[in-house]
Amino acid sequence: MAAVTEAPPLAPAPEKKPPRKRGRWTPYWLLLPGILWLIVFFALPMIYQGSTSIQTGSLEDGYKVTWHFSTYWDAVSEYWPQFLRSGLYAAAATILCLLLGYPLAYLIAFRAGRWRNLIMILVIAPFFTSFLIRTLAWKTILADSGPVVSVLNTLHVLDVTNWLGWTSGDRVLATPLAVVCGLTYNFLPFMVLPLYTSLERIDGRLHEAAGDLYAKPFTTFRKVTFPLSMPGVVSGTLLTFIPAAGDYVNAELLGSTDTRMIGNVIQTQFLRILDYPTAAALSFVLMAAILAMVTIYIRKSGTEDLV
Amino acid sequence: MNTKDNSGDVRLSGISKTYDNGFTAVQPLDLTVPQGSFFALLGASGCGKTTTLRMIAGLEEPSSGTVHLGDQEVTNLPPYKRPVNTVFQSYALFPHLDIFENVAFGLRRRGIKSVKQQVVDMLDLVQLGEQARKKPHQLSGGQQQRVAVARALINHPKVLLLDEPLGALDLKLRRQMQLELKRIQTEVGITFVHVTHDQEEAMTMADTVAVMNAGRVEQLGSPADLYENPNTTFVANFLGTSNLIEAEVDSKSGDDIILKAGGGKLVLPEARCSAPTTTGGKVLVGVRPEKITLTHADDAGEIPENRNRITGKIADSSFIGVSTQYVIDSPVCPEFEVYAQNIDRDARLRPGADVVLHWNPAHTFGLDAAQDIDAGVDTEEEAA
Amino acid sequence: MAVVRWFKRHFVVIAGLLTLGYLLLPNVIVTVFSFNKPKGRFNYEWQQFSLDAWKQPCGVADMCGSLSISLQIAVWATIGATVLGTMIAFALVRYRFRARGAVNSLIFLPMAMPEVVMAASLLTLFLNMGAQLGFYTILIAHIMFCLSFVVTAVKARVMSMDPRLEEAARDLYASPVQTFVRVTLPIAAPGIAAGALLSFALSFDDFIITNFNAGSTVTFPMFVWGSAQRGTPVQINVIGTAMFLVAVLLVLVSMAITNRRNKVKA
Repeated sequence: MAAVTEAPPLAPAPEKKPPRKRGRWTPYWLLLPGILWLIVFFALPMIYQGSTSIQTGSLEDGYKVTWHFSTYWDAVSEYWPQFLRSGLYAAAATILCLLLGYPLAYLIAFRAGRWRNLIMILVIAPFFTSFLIRTLAWKTILADSGPVVSVLNTLHVLDVTNWLGWTSGDRVLATPLAVVCGLTYNFLPFMVLPLYTSLERIDGRLHEAAGDLYAKPFTTFRKVTFPLSMPGVVSGTLLTFIPAAGDYVNAELLGSTDTRMIGNVIQTQFLRILDYPTAAALSFVLMAAILAMVTIYIRKSGTEDLV
Repeated sequence: MNTKDNSGDVRLSGISKTYDNGFTAVQPLDLTVPQGSFFALLGASGCGKTTTLRMIAGLEEPSSGTVHLGDQEVTNLPPYKRPVNTVFQSYALFPHLDIFENVAFGLRRRGIKSVKQQVVDMLDLVQLGEQARKKPHQLSGGQQQRVAVARALINHPKVLLLDEPLGALDLKLRRQMQLELKRIQTEVGITFVHVTHDQEEAMTMADTVAVMNAGRVEQLGSPADLYENPNTTFVANFLGTSNLIEAEVDSKSGDDIILKAGGGKLVLPEARCSAPTTTGGKVLVGVRPEKITLTHADDAGEIPENRNRITGKIADSSFIGVSTQYVIDSPVCPEFEVYAQNIDRDARLRPGADVVLHWNPAHTFGLDAAQDIDAGVDTEEEAA
Repeated sequence: MAVVRWFKRHFVVIAGLLTLGYLLLPNVIVTVFSFNKPKGRFNYEWQQFSLDAWKQPCGVADMCGSLSISLQIAVWATIGATVLGTMIAFALVRYRFRARGAVNSLIFLPMAMPEVVMAASLLTLFLNMGAQLGFYTILIAHIMFCLSFVVTAVKARVMSMDPRLEEAARDLYASPVQTFVRVTLPIAAPGIAAGALLSFALSFDDFIITNFNAGSTVTFPMFVWGSAQRGTPVQINVIGTAMFLVAVLLVLVSMAITNRRNKVKA
């Protein structure tokens, strides 16, 4: 039998103390700095926003909390068209994102083969270029004298959209259509990526099984693929609609005074007119609407898969 | 080993584990694993065998009781301070390190500077010398398993713990590895504690087997002991197959107990009965299928006098090649199983034939009738 | 007809590629127009080919200054968000604690809230506290909204990690610190790197929250916004193209590294 070398001496016989629950407080230490940061700079500001919205005063005299709730009523009654418009544009953009983004996500998940990585890079890389510059590029694409508008004119598409109220005159720029175009463009990756993640998890053999059981391709999609991709659809929809509703960059760069969204109003109120209470009230209302939607979502699907 | 060295003994005293949600995985148990033996913890999934193993390793804190390695109490020591190493079920090889560094990991953590020679020797021992610089994902399942063993053994632990390490391998490879591990254990002389749900594996490899069920050790002994003389219905049904007959104690005769069952008498040596025997009391009489001889009813006169016998009718027969397996319908026991080696086949033994089953009383065992007669029968399906 | 059938079968691929085109078209325009020599103040119509902007990328006043500020903020925000976010991710995956639901929700909300709401409310905080708006308020805001993304990226990676690996390390004589440094961290590294990269991109490119809380400091996106009113210099396109190329290069390099690591070493 081979000689067995002894392991080096280990800890001496331990003292008789009761086993302490190892690392009980560790998670709390790990969580503390980050959560504290979020509480101070995310949650607390929401409270300050609420408080500002019920203040009165001016820049010279200073502001004081006077529980002036009528600010809300004034703000909403004056700006409800912008609220409505934001909701409509965001909804339109979300639907377009879904219609455009689903085929792309499907393509990457199931049909891409060895091109998958390349296409993913092409989807993500624009992300890293300043979105403002890219949105400005739409001013070139949709320019009045540009090829796109000319083609649309020749095909009389613009006549139809004029009639629908989506464009006016022979222009696309400075119309709702341009703003929605820009919103769709900006938030497309937020729809494609959750969709892709959801689709990628589907076992390809389910398609084969459906086919084996006499389902035509579109039926397979309708009955098997689409239902299974619902979590991705829901989270993609949320991650697209919510930021789009509050956006003002697209409306500012590609729209006109007729296409102002609630984000534009809040921005003007805060940074130009300096009417802080009104601005805070508008922002609070928008936030409340969003929180309501998120709460419904959390109720339905729980908190474990959120992050 | 040469001298009487008990430093590789594992002694569990009153060890138990109850989780926060109230579930008790291990009932208080006492267990001693002798130095240098190959010890198996056998049971279905959820019986507490892995939990017990992890308490020896230090990966689970016992709710009560103590763990001793030799003379050293290790109950409160964290795993990195115990002279014990584990081979995990999924191997748990570090994916970001190559094979060399995986095997050298324990040595490096203990501050040993020059590891090269030891690692090379250990890799040669498990026949993986060529793969030293590969990453785990580049190796096959069997190779990964050998790396896991090498990584643990190189630290010369007092005890090597194996948590169902062969589960992911296909049958042929598993058989090979069983022999391999047994050979290594004999050569190195370290105490091995092996957890498995495969009873054939336990019986092949281990010197001593502890059968566990619902957090308790049902019986402990050598494979032969457990098989030939089970003490509980669980062990009787879990290891191989048993035929259990409900019988009533009639009288005693010398070293034997006479029982009544289905109108006939059965003889059971008292030493092989683990149940209380008062006249009129109930006992489960058990016999293994391969111990029984099947004789056609017409030849019943040729059966020797001192054998236990039962009458019945063949319900089913299956030709397995090596043997034929019969299922007999009998008044004392429905679905009585008999395995007959195919030496000379009697053509009259077909379904529907009247037969007499007989066996040597010394092969009979007795169990407490208060137990569940079906305990341990369907655990194969649960474990799957 | 055969054409219709071909179209039907490849419908998804065609639609997907069209969408991809929609995504990439503006990038192409940005690059093409970086070679433009516009007549007026704005760079929306093609005039003639010119390399002027590429030869003098910092030729525009204040632009490179704003670029430098954006880079600095991005670096510090990445460090802050990555450290805080990684800690939270580990707590979420490896430990049990109370108020999990609340923590998960708190981390999710910044990703789901419109930027304008976060921007506005943060501004009210700073105003009410009398804080000086500038570099540090921007930095604070950036760390705040990058945190959640880091948590998501790291959590995904750590969750797919076999917990037995850490047990194996402890079984092989590694103390808790050694286990973390030698096993946990190296395996979680790709997730942490992904989170850091995402954080950098988000911070560098952020406009709305920055705009509200910057005071008189000007970051690169703010510069671009201002130029949309004042006049868009061609150099903006140069920077945009350069950013895109750097991003693609980074991704290709990281893919090459991953591929090389998977090859057998002699």
